[in-house]
Amino acid sequence: MSRAYAFYPGCTLHSTGVEYGVSTRAVCRALGVELVEIEDWNCCGASSAHSLGGELADALPARNILLAQPQARDIAIPCAACYGRLSSADRRLREDEAFRRQMEEITGREYAGAARPRALLDILTSDFPPEELRARLRRPLAGLQPVSYYGCLLLRPPQIAGGWDDTEHPVKLDRLLGLLGAEPRPWTYATDCCGASMTLNRGDIVARLVGRLVDAAEDAGANCIVTVCPLCQANLDGRQGRRPQPMPVFYVTELLGLAMGLEEVIGLFGRHIVDPRPLLRRLGLLP
Amino acid sequence: MSGPLDWRFMDIVAERSGQPIATCYQCRKCTAGCPTAFVMDYDPAQIVHMVQMGQRNALLSSQAIWMCVGCETCGTRCPNGICVGRINDALRQMAVEEGVRVGAPAVYQFHRSFLNNLRRFGRVHEISMIVEYKLRSLDLLSNLDLGAKMLLARKLPPLPQRIRGRQEVARIFETAGAQGPAKPPEEQP
Repeated sequence: MSRAYAFYPGCTLHSTGVEYGVSTRAVCRALGVELVEIEDWNCCGASSAHSLGGELADALPARNILLAQPQARDIAIPCAACYGRLSSADRRLREDEAFRRQMEEITGREYAGAARPRALLDILTSDFPPEELRARLRRPLAGLQPVSYYGCLLLRPPQIAGGWDDTEHPVKLDRLLGLLGAEPRPWTYATDCCGASMTLNRGDIVARLVGRLVDAAEDAGANCIVTVCPLCQANLDGRQGRRPQPMPVFYVTELLGLAMGLEEVIGLFGRHIVDPRPLLRRLGLLP
Repeated sequence: MSGPLDWRFMDIVAERSGQPIATCYQCRKCTAGCPTAFVMDYDPAQIVHMVQMGQRNALLSSQAIWMCVGCETCGTRCPNGICVGRINDALRQMAVEEGVRVGAPAVYQFHRSFLNNLRRFGRVHEISMIVEYKLRSLDLLSNLDLGAKMLLARKLPPLPQRIRGRQEVARIFETAGAQGPAKPPEEQP
């Protein structure tokens, strides 16, 4: 089946989140999904635009929504922060006429409400029947015991980012990982914050938040953490400090690629800060 | 708390943040769920109460308003639909506009470096953004180990991606400024 989405990669997918970018494109290709990158997209403004910039917080991401209108397709967004910002801007464009007119004038493009921002995880878990995914699996992830980590902005605030999974107790990532043959462990930290927006300026606070999450994952009996956001992954992967046994942190798309036997995804594991290959070899998931 | 009371303060902050601040009855759910309350000089429920009580000076110079990471937990759980994060955004912007001495300069300098970088290229380029942040904050030695690991893993591209629509981004910075403090201020207050 052929499916197509507009694609908003966001700034980190070619840098600190490079594994997310490569694995997302590889998995979508293998699933027969076309990702059409929004031409000349700009940064969504992330935490900084709403911290200092007032209207910037909606105006910067709104340009991307307007650029995507001619495609008239849902926008697939891997990063939770980008997804939150674009969803907020789309709502503003829909409801605030003065704002919409101003943005249309600046960009010279019309808003038709034709490009809905959607989280990549929403697309992977809502648009593909489980049988279709199961048919592509080559290597069940037996022995992998992940905890599902959503972080903050994928489901919050629910009026803007939610609707496709439960806000306080989300389940779709667990189900997807179960489908891949992994054994997700229950825990209650799936939507707790890792503090990524302060990772550069207050590493001390962030190390404490990350430490608490990794402790909780250990207590839950997990052997890895699965993320769906490049900021969460970089933060959890890079901020474990000198733990005696650091815990590997995967993107969901890396595990999809591994289960589907995609070589270019398997090549990414060497670029993690906490090397996940010893765990995968021990479980017989890597040669 | 200190300084003169400003009885218009709650209305001003409610208007700027879009939050129904007057409805807070101090159930403190926001504070219970806040990931960074442990480093704040005033916790989220106290921030709301202080806005109600007109504690303008104490809040604008506080460290707490800069410790909020915008995780949206408070707003999601508040029985009265108040997002303290939006209030903190409004208070930060007021602090910068009014030239108050910022309670957490490193956080302010980070956001400013990020927005300057975004305005320059249209997309954020980590290395040049980090260099600007370090020069502004003089926080030169932190994170060198993590930076080295990221470089080794080829996760910090040497060159920025410049978009063609930089003029449009520049206009967004200018026009958004008419309704709010869009331009990052040039000088550290």
